[in-house]
This record gives sequence, C-alpha cells and structure tokens, in this order.
Amino acid sequence: MGDLLALLAYGPDGWGDELLAGAWLTIRLAVVTLPFGLALGLLIAIMKASGQRYFRAVGNVYTTVFRGLPELLTLFVIYNMIQIGVNRFVNSFFPDSSFEIGGFTAGVIALAVVFGAFSSEVFLGAIKAIPKGQVEAGRSLGLSATQAFRLITLPQLWRLALPGLGNLWLVLIKDTSLVSVIALNDLLRQTQVAVGVTKEPFFFYLIACMIYLAFTLVSSAGLNRLEARANRGFAAR
Amino acid sequence: MSEITASSGAASTSRKPPANRQAMIDRFVVLAIVVALGAWIIPDINWRLVDRYWDRYLEGILVTFQLVFLSVGVGALLSLPAALARLSERRWANLLARGYITFFRGTPLLAQLFLVYYGAGQFNEALQSVGLWWFFREPFYVAILTFTLNTGAYQAEIMRGAIQSLPPGQVEAAEALGMTRWPIFFKVVLPQAYIVALRPLGNELILMIKGSAIASIVTVLDLMGVTSLAYARSFNFQAFFWAALLYLIAVEVVRRLWDRLEIRLTRHLALAR
Amino acid sequence: MKVLHRLAITAVAATGLMAGLATAHAQDVVRIGTEGAYPPFNFTDSDGNLVGFEIDLAVALCEEMDVTCEFVAQDWDGIIPALLANRYDAIIASMSITEERMEVVDFSDKYYQTPARFAVRDGSDITDTSPEALAGMTIGAQSATIHANFLEDVYSQSDIRLYPTQDEANLDLASGRIDLILADSIVLFEWMQTDDGSCCTMVGDAYTDPDYFGFGVGAALRQGDDELRERFNEAIAAVLENGVYDEITAKYFPFSVY
Repeated sequence: MGDLLALLAYGPDGWGDELLAGAWLTIRLAVVTLPFGLALGLLIAIMKASGQRYFRAVGNVYTTVFRGLPELLTLFVIYNMIQIGVNRFVNSFFPDSSFEIGGFTAGVIALAVVFGAFSSEVFLGAIKAIPKGQVEAGRSLGLSATQAFRLITLPQLWRLALPGLGNLWLVLIKDTSLVSVIALNDLLRQTQVAVGVTKEPFFFYLIACMIYLAFTLVSSAGLNRLEARANRGFAAR
Repeated sequence: MSEITASSGAASTSRKPPANRQAMIDRFVVLAIVVALGAWIIPDINWRLVDRYWDRYLEGILVTFQLVFLSVGVGALLSLPAALARLSERRWANLLARGYITFFRGTPLLAQLFLVYYGAGQFNEALQSVGLWWFFREPFYVAILTFTLNTGAYQAEIMRGAIQSLPPGQVEAAEALGMTRWPIFFKVVLPQAYIVALRPLGNELILMIKGSAIASIVTVLDLMGVTSLAYARSFNFQAFFWAALLYLIAVEVVRRLWDRLEIRLTRHLALAR
Repeated sequence: MKVLHRLAITAVAATGLMAGLATAHAQDVVRIGTEGAYPPFNFTDSDGNLVGFEIDLAVALCEEMDVTCEFVAQDWDGIIPALLANRYDAIIASMSITEERMEVVDFSDKYYQTPARFAVRDGSDITDTSPEALAGMTIGAQSATIHANFLEDVYSQSDIRLYPTQDEANLDLASGRIDLILADSIVLFEWMQTDDGSCCTMVGDAYTDPDYFGFGVGAALRQGDDELRERFNEAIAAVLENGVYDEITAKYFPFSVY
C-alpha cells in the first residue's frame, strides 16, 4: 500500500502532479464548454419553438442527429473535421493563410455540439411549461416579440430548466473523459499514461474514478443549492 | 410532434396525402433537399470501402445490439433489488445500494470499463484460483458486466423514483384487503411503477446504444470497433459517416418501437389523458 | 424572429471569439505529432515529458533544419487525420512507409527499420507461427498498424484483437487474455527488459515482407508538402553522415536500427 501511495507523489517520480493537471484540464474543459453549449441549446430550442416551420425542421434534425450518435463518434469526427472545415472556410476568403484550432478548442466545440442537442430539449420543455397567456398578456401591453421573450420567458426559463440542465452538467463532466480518446491530456488520459508506465491499472483507474466522483458529488451539492435559490418564493411542491 | 416530423423527414411525409398547399410546399422542399444532398454526396461515395466492409458493419451492429440488450436486460433485473435496498430502512442495505448507485452514476463509463477490464487483468491469478478467469478473459463479457452494473445503477434510480411516485394509498388499500408484502410489491406496486418508468427506461436503452460504442476501446468489434478498423485501413472519413447513419437508424428504430410499446402498455390509460 | 437574429449574431460572434483564441503558426516552427506511448521510440516519462529515440532524433533533425520543434502528443488512431487536419506538420511516431498510407500521406526517407516478431508468455508451447498453426488462437496487436493489417489479412483463422496502444496489448498478453502479440521486435525487446515484460518471450521468425511491413520508418507529411519533405530528407542524410544518428542510437540500443 505504501508503494502504491508513493506512486501518487507530487513531483518527477510520482504521478500526483500529472493526475492533478489532468483533473484541472477536465474541469476547464467542462466549464468552458458550458456557456457555449447553453447558448447553442437555447438557440436550437427557440428555433424548435418558433412559428417558422423550416426553423423547427432544422432544430429537430439537429437534435435527432446529435442525440442519436454515440458521443465517441461525434467527438472523433468533429475533432478531426473542424480543422479541415475551418481551413477551407478561411482559405475561401484569405487564400494561403492557415488557421489553427487547438485540441482544447476542438474538444470544447465537439462537447458543446452534443450538450446543445440535449439542453435544447430541456429548454424547449421549460418554454412550453410557461403558460402562453403570459406572453400573450405581454404582447397585448405593447411588448414586441423580442421584448416578451426577454422580459417574460427568459427570466422564468432559468428556474424551470435548472433541474434538467443540472443533470446535463453531470453528463458533461463524465463525457469529458471521452476526449482522452482523441488527444487531450485530461484526467483519464493522464491516468492511462500512468498505467502504461507503472502497470498498476486497478489502483490508478480507481483513483481516477474517485476524482470524477468528487467532481460530480460537489456539483450535485452545488446544484441543489442553486435549485433551492431559484425556487425561493415558490411554495414547496 | 407529427407536424414537426412531417417537415423534417421524407419518409414520414410520404405516408399521408398532403392536407393543404402548405404541406405540398413542405414536401417539395424536403424532396429538393434530399435530391440536392444525394447529388452532392453520392458521386463522392467510396464504393470500394462499402464493398469491402459492408458485411463487417452488419456484424458490428449485431454485436452492438447483443451488448445493449444483454446489459440492459440483466441490468433491469439488478435494478430491482438495488432500488428496493435504496428504499429500505435497513441501514446497511440502504448504504450499500446508495454507494453502488452513486459510484456508477457519478463516474464515466469509460473509466469504469478500464477499471474492470485492466483491473481484472492485473488480478488474473486470483481470478483463476476462484475459477472466474474464463469470464474476465473475454472483453465481450467484461464489457457486458460493466455496462450491466452501469445501467443497473441508472435503472435503479429510475425505479426508485417510479415506486416513490405511487400514492401510498395503493399499498394501504392492498394491505386492507389482506395482501402480504411481496404480492403487494409484484402485483400492485411493480406494474404501476413500470408504467411510470417506461419513458425514462426507454431513454436509458437509447443511451446504452450510444454508450456501448466505448466497448470498441477494449477490442470488442461492435459497430464502432468495425468502423475504426475500416478507417484504419482506408483513411477514409466515410467509414465514420456509415457508422453514424447506422447508429441513427438503430436509435430511431428502437425509439419508435419503444413508443409503440408505451402506447400499447398504457392503452387503458388513454382515455384519462 | 428578431430574437433569433440576435442570438444567431451572438453565436457567430462567439464562434469568432473562439477561433480568435487559436493562433496562426509561424513559419520557422515545425510541429511534430507523436504518440508518446511507444517505448523505446517515443514515450512519456513520469514528469509528463516526451522522451525516446525518435524524440531525440526529431530534435536533432530540427537542429539540422534550423527550425524549432514543437511536439504534439496524439493518440495513434487519430494520428493521420490530425496531420491532414493541419494540427501538426509531420508525424515522427514509428510510422512504417507502406503503400496503403502513401495513398493519403507522403513520407520522408526511412530513418530506421526493424522487423516484426511474435511474442508469447514463457512456458507457452507455441513454436510454429504459421497461419495454420495459429488458427483459433487469440492474437493481439496495436490497431491501425502494419502488424494489425498483416494479422487481419494473413491470420484470418485466428481471433484478432486490436488495441489503441501497444501497452494495452502487452498488458493483455501478460495477463493471459491473449495467446500471442505481433509487434515491432525492438519494442518487444525493450518491454521484455522490464519487470512486467519478463513474463514473455519472442517466438518464430522475423517478418519483413515489404508488402505488409513497408520500407522502414519515415516521417509522414501532408501530400504535396515537398519542401518540408526535402528538408527532412537532407536532415536525415546529414545526421546519418555526421555521426549524430549513431550517438542517439548508442544511447538506446546496443545495435544499429537503421
């Protein structure tokens, strides 16, 4: 047991510092993905709730595709295609220039695309849960459609969507582990490297699991408090 | 939902005659998009790749379905005692179930699979001495075991929620009729809990279809494994697009079948809604 | 619809911002993709640094070319796509020069060449490694390698298991999950010097058939990147000539691997 703990030492001989660096990358990846995924999800949800049939169709196709594909496949394809796509796009305006998308950015984009598909469903449910009469009342008072959305729907979305989004956040933390299969030195990949050298798979994968568990447990506790805060002023159901 | 799918898929529009002009235009637009996409994609299809790997893709799908249905099925059996233990007032049973559910829901499936697969490899001598190595030797079995434990934990939470959602009066009424504990559970509680749980269980099934792609990382030749193989030889990204298409079809088919099942099982409730 | 417009604009702006975070790369930097999990050629030490024969060699080649080397670690499965996606400019990761790969990438001249061998656990009664003798056996290799392709094509009667990294195939041979592995002889030799590799031994002939095992290991480059290829070729010739190659070899191997 002492030998195993020595493997976790912080420094050149142990893997503690590498695992922590990996854990830090995992957190950054999830935290940076969140706002982009939320924005994308809200956009898709608005498209799906809109009166325009073609917007709805685009929103639904997007959701069907990215909710139906394995995250592993989506990540691999987006990670590799995005650079080629961006290069083509940039070259059509500025020939002979190249534009580099780092592994981290590509990982964020891929995770945000998947997160957007799932969160759009949560947002859509929340939009539908707000009685139509509220927006209609706003419109009859002279608010524009944009104003009605911004002043009436949006402030309530947060509270209604929070439980669903909280779940998706936990899913996102776990999904970051899939980037280890592409190239980023996240927690799981650092663990794999450590296993490759030390040949102690059980010990290191267990440690990795415990770190992920700590992230999700801390997140759940935080989410519970957020929910309590968002629901203050509402009678307990 | 029906009006939405009508504008998003060619297959669903062809079923009903167009009700009005709007639907005609929709049909035309969808048809135009399909033709344009086809004209854009079909000339670029690498038929050599298709010809060389189509049979292996089908084998891969079969393995994916075996993985999913076996693990979701066994996981369903596992989820019942876990949900009951989680609801029980016995401290140790409760704690044990809570630990199991928290661990498998709180950590990534990929990390769990690595833990079980390579962890078992490390303890092969111990496993051999207790006669379990034949099981842990096969990546397919290890993947099934890990997926079962994982989906069992998720299903246990679903079942716990479903059981808790039933009004306590149901059990009280059954008790008043003189029924004992287990008959009440199997004849009163469980059938109703499954009705409540049907939708989230369907979602869990679909999540497992997608999640099972992870098995390819421990050498199982499921759909994703076959895809990596095809890609490794051809370096052609179309290998992934065929896989994407097949996964989408698999997920859609299962989703629609599950919807049918749900409608059938809840037909006695149809009037109430 | 204005809501939609605004959000669309925000989304476009956000994408622009993210893209803006990425940097355009300078000309005198050559980015080199490597796996970092293939000892002794390229691997990661406990300090997270890339080390190994190929890393030393790449540094020497970059010095010769008078450019700065930047290493990018990339899993083997995605190592060619990431090159094509311009994530780096060259692959130096023990990639054998084969006809199949030349359809998608160009190669420099070879900088090492070693044969492939089978390995078994000590005490295994396997001596004959012909496809007939190994029918029904379980054989492992790293996926997307010459070894994997050879097994897929020639050993179709055996159960072939393909792993993302060589390490994982080694682990499974040691644990007894698989009966044999096919891998590079130097990689096997190096592994067998370690504690966990002491379980195992090489068996059968050395395989060098160029149809499967290629024409040695070279740096892989994007097709048409002829200028960089020429510079690599000149640098490889130069280090072979001036003794730097032999120095690096001596640091890792008691024999020549060229």
